[in-house]
Amino acid sequence: MAVTRNADAVAPVRSSGAFTTWLTRHASSSLGSLGRLARQPFSSLMIVMVIGVTLSIPAAINVIVKNAQSVSASWDNALDFSVFLKPEISVDEAQGLAGLIAQRADIERVDLITADEAMATFKQQSGFGDALNQLSDNPLPHTLSVRPGPGNTSASLILLQEEISNLPESEMVQVDTDWVQRFHAILDIVRQAIAIGSALLGIAIVVIIGNTIRLDIENRREEIEVTKLIGASNAFVRRPFLWTGFWYGLLGGIVALLLVQYGLYLLRDPVGRLAGLYQSNIDIASLDVAESGALVGGAILLGLFASWLTAARHMRRIEPR
Amino acid sequence: MIQLENVTKRFPGGQEALSGLSLSVDKGEMVFVTGHSGAGKSTLLRLIALIERPTSGQVIVDKQNTQRVKRRKIPAYRRQIGMVFQDHRLLHDRPVFDNVALPLIIAGVNHRDAGRRVRAALDQVGLLHKEKQIPQTLSAGEQQRVGIARAIVTRPKLLIADEPTGNLDPDLSLEVMRIFRRFNEVGVTLLIASHDIALIDRLGCRRIALEDGKLQLEGDPWQ
Repeated sequence: MAVTRNADAVAPVRSSGAFTTWLTRHASSSLGSLGRLARQPFSSLMIVMVIGVTLSIPAAINVIVKNAQSVSASWDNALDFSVFLKPEISVDEAQGLAGLIAQRADIERVDLITADEAMATFKQQSGFGDALNQLSDNPLPHTLSVRPGPGNTSASLILLQEEISNLPESEMVQVDTDWVQRFHAILDIVRQAIAIGSALLGIAIVVIIGNTIRLDIENRREEIEVTKLIGASNAFVRRPFLWTGFWYGLLGGIVALLLVQYGLYLLRDPVGRLAGLYQSNIDIASLDVAESGALVGGAILLGLFASWLTAARHMRRIEPR
Repeated sequence: MIQLENVTKRFPGGQEALSGLSLSVDKGEMVFVTGHSGAGKSTLLRLIALIERPTSGQVIVDKQNTQRVKRRKIPAYRRQIGMVFQDHRLLHDRPVFDNVALPLIIAGVNHRDAGRRVRAALDQVGLLHKEKQIPQTLSAGEQQRVGIARAIVTRPKLLIADEPTGNLDPDLSLEVMRIFRRFNEVGVTLLIASHDIALIDRLGCRRIALEDGKLQLEGDPWQ
């Protein structure tokens, strides 16, 4: 009789919905872990700072590369090349040739700079105006400034330049934008280096969080044993540690984000001054919403991964004695 | 409720804690296991709680052969049994209420039901007014009563206790045993390891005496 009554009393255990139970457990477990971090503010802050600073390094370099790219992207004449025509070519012939080249599908536009225009510009910009006036005739050739169409690849550009330099009227083709390509190549290397560096720093963060949680597990060994003794599963005892990893990741990611944004804020004035010296207007791009999300989300994933790795390894080993 | 058939537990060092032990505890019984330290009392309880596995023989608890309980299923198995320890093993970083609520949280009982049941359990051991205290601020007897409240809060059919009065003076011991007695009266089966023979005799329950891991039929009115 009494036993039956007991069995009835146990019934509510099963009646509360599985999902609600799961949710309640996670909610209380996450708050519990956060509270535990708050109770040791100094050591928690240290770890969060370590994670934040470590993450801010690749994030900051990434922002710098992004800005360098956006600056170089504004050099859309970077692909232009100049075709110097032979001295015997007349203005009319040059005009005709310019029209002909401009009709090609892979060319966006062709501008003719006549010898006289070139001379006038040179006089004006070089400051040798008087000396140049002494010259009896204009030594400069007519020049075509060619802007290839956007569909060109670097290989097709080389072919295009070769083709044009083979024209009977052309004396020489000069590509004065090699350095832009070199700059892009350098940016590619830097981006690659960031990827490698980020991976290494990610491993460092996993080690830091993992080690912190390992210590935490050791400190709470007694609690884990007792909890297992009264019927807690590995998943149950693991849960608070996963949440600890989550919080470390989240807080560390936010710290990294703030550090990067603050650094950019500090750079805004000097960069503005530099841009002013070049009479240009550079606006520093900071991390956008997607990138900020990726930074914080990545930090959370690292935290979860580290805590899962550590907790899974140690929980199985701690059995009640 | 509990059947042991020819159970032997040998430790890696070679010494035998239990040698070919067979015994049985019926549903609704309150049974004491006595014997000197090292006689195998604790080992017997640890086999029932699946903290250890027998070297040979079978342990059957509530019709389940513990041999067939897989490692992954041990937590669910343990949730059916209430356990009381000599050093009560309370968690000292949280108040009495949270300590008693722990088995319910593990079982996933919702908050309101849990609160009601924790208070009922604390009421049964007479500590309802101390639910907010930290265990270390309580006396030894009170701490043990919190341990008992934790063991019975899920209303298990079986309660095992290892030297629950080992650290208590005679008055507190009797008090604890009376609490056990009340659970027994509502149908809980109890298996209690103790060496306090004087106390056990006052309660008049069945006694299983162990010596060197074997059954010793002393002072057993039923066998």
